[in-house]
Amino acid sequence: MAKLSYERPVIQKLNTGSMNKFGTRTEYAPVSHIEGVAVKDIIAEYGSPVFVISEPQIRKNYQNAVRAFKTRYPKVQFAWSYKTNYLNAVCKVFHQEGAWAEVVSIFEYKKALGNGVPGNKIIFNGPDKSEEDLILAIENKSLIHIDHFDELYMLIEVVQRLKQKASVAIRVNMDTGVYPMWDRFGFNYENGQAWNAINKIMSHPELELNGLHCHIGTYMLTASAYATAAWKLCDLALNVKAKWNKPIQYLDLGGGFASANTLKGSYLQGPDIIPSMEDYAEAISSTILNFGFKQNELPTLFLETGRALIDDAGYLLGSVIATKRLSDGRRATIMDFGVNLLFTAFWYNHKISPAQEFSHHTEDMVVYGPLCMNIDCIRESVNLPLLSKGDQVVVHKVGAYNMTQWMQFIQMRPNVVMIDGQNRVHLIRHKESLDTMLQYEHLPQHLEKFEL
Amino acid sequence: MQLNKNIAVSENGFIFNPVSGDSFSTNPIGQEIINLMKEQKDRKEIVKILAEKYATEEAILEKDLADFFQMLLSYQLINSHD
Repeated sequence: MAKLSYERPVIQKLNTGSMNKFGTRTEYAPVSHIEGVAVKDIIAEYGSPVFVISEPQIRKNYQNAVRAFKTRYPKVQFAWSYKTNYLNAVCKVFHQEGAWAEVVSIFEYKKALGNGVPGNKIIFNGPDKSEEDLILAIENKSLIHIDHFDELYMLIEVVQRLKQKASVAIRVNMDTGVYPMWDRFGFNYENGQAWNAINKIMSHPELELNGLHCHIGTYMLTASAYATAAWKLCDLALNVKAKWNKPIQYLDLGGGFASANTLKGSYLQGPDIIPSMEDYAEAISSTILNFGFKQNELPTLFLETGRALIDDAGYLLGSVIATKRLSDGRRATIMDFGVNLLFTAFWYNHKISPAQEFSHHTEDMVVYGPLCMNIDCIRESVNLPLLSKGDQVVVHKVGAYNMTQWMQFIQMRPNVVMIDGQNRVHLIRHKESLDTMLQYEHLPQHLEKFEL
Repeated sequence: MQLNKNIAVSENGFIFNPVSGDSFSTNPIGQEIINLMKEQKDRKEIVKILAEKYATEEAILEKDLADFFQMLLSYQLINSHD
C-alpha cells in the first residue's frame, strides 16, 4: 500500500478578539507555474535560488503604460530606466517595444550604446558625469540632463573647447506636497536656482536647452504630486518661451510610479492603495494640455518609469533550507535567498507563495535568508503553509532594483532566466562562481605561503 | 509521556485545556499523535507507527515530533517530553 503524503504536525493556540476588523491574510495558494513553465522544472535545470523574468509581462506592462499616456497626450516617449534592471535582455525587450534609454552613469551609458541604442536616444541623468563622459555624450548627441552648477560650468568649458553644441536639460527639484521632498538632485524651483541655471544656459549658444526634467520621488502614492510637478515645469518652459522666444522641446517627468508591492508598515496591501497608470497619466497630461502651450509648441512628454514596468515581471524562486523554533515559540523558516538577492526586502513585505500544494493549515513565521548575519530577514511575520526543508517557494514582484542592487555578500549571485512568449526559458545571466570572484583579486607575493 | 489531566480532544482537531481555558487547533497528523499519546505510546513507538504510514524519513519524524512536543509543553498540555 502506498504511503500517505506527509505534513509535519502543528498545534496552534486559538485567539479570540483580533487586533482589527480585517482577517489575517493567508498566502497558501500555490504558484506552481510561471508563464506555463513549472517552477520545479526551472529549479531542476537552473538551480535554487533563481530569478525568473517574464518577457510577456514586461511587454504587457509597457504597452499598458504607453496606452495610458498616448490616449491622453499626443507626444509621449518612454525611456527605460537602466538602473531599475539593466540586464541586457530586459533592456532589449523595452527597446524592442520602443523605449529609449535613461542612464545615470557612464557604465549604464556604455551598456545602452552596446545594446544598440542610438546616442541621440539616450538620456544621460545623474550627478556623476566626468569630463570624459560629457565629451562622449556630446559627440553622440545624447540628451544631457544637468544636475548641478559644477557640471554646468564643466560642460560650458567642454563645449567651448570642442566647439560643438550640446543638447541639454536641467533637472529641477521642487516641493510637490509630498514627504520626503527630494532636493538633492538638480536645481530648486522655489528658490530660483532652476531659473538661474536656465539663464546661465541660455547665455551660452553652444548649449541647446531642449528640455526640463524632474524626478520627484519614488513609489509615489499620490498622482496629484505629478500634476504639481508638471505645472512647475510648464511654468519654467513658458517663462523660457516668454524671455527668449524659445519653445522647450520636451518635459521629462521622470519616474517614481508605484508598483503593486506592499510597503513595510503599510496598513493596506499595495494593490489597494497605489494609483493606476491612468491616474498618473491623467494628472500629468491634463496639466500640460491645460497650461497654455500653443498647439504646435506642445512639448514632448518623456517618462522614465522603471519600477512600475518591471516589478511584477520578476520572480525569485527559492527553497527552504531549514525550519526552526525561536526562543519565544515563533516558527522560523530559513530560505536559500536573503537580502543579498532581495534588496527590496528592506522596503517591502514581499508576497511569498509556496510552489506546491499544502493543506489549509498555516502558521505565522519569520522568514530568514541564508546569510550568517542578523539583518538577513525577508519577512518579519507572514502566514504560510507548513513549509519543510526542500519545499520550493515563489517570491513575487522582484523585477525592479534587485538584479541591480544585489550584493555579492557571503553567497554568489544566482542564474537569471527569462521566459519568452512561447514559454521557452532562456538563461540571461549566468550564476557567479568562486572563479568569478577570484579573477579580480591579486595576492602580494610575500603572502603566498604560510604554515599553521 | 502523557497529556495532562482533563485535556479534551475533539474528533476534528480542537483541543481544550479546562485548567487554563485555552483552546488549540491541530492538523490531522497532530491529532493522530495526540491519540497515540492517549494510547500510552512512547516517542519511539509513535515515530515507528508514523514512519510506516507516511512517506517520510524517520529522522524527519523525530525532528518534527520533538518540535511538536516542545509546543505541547509550552502550551502546558504535557509536563515533560523526555
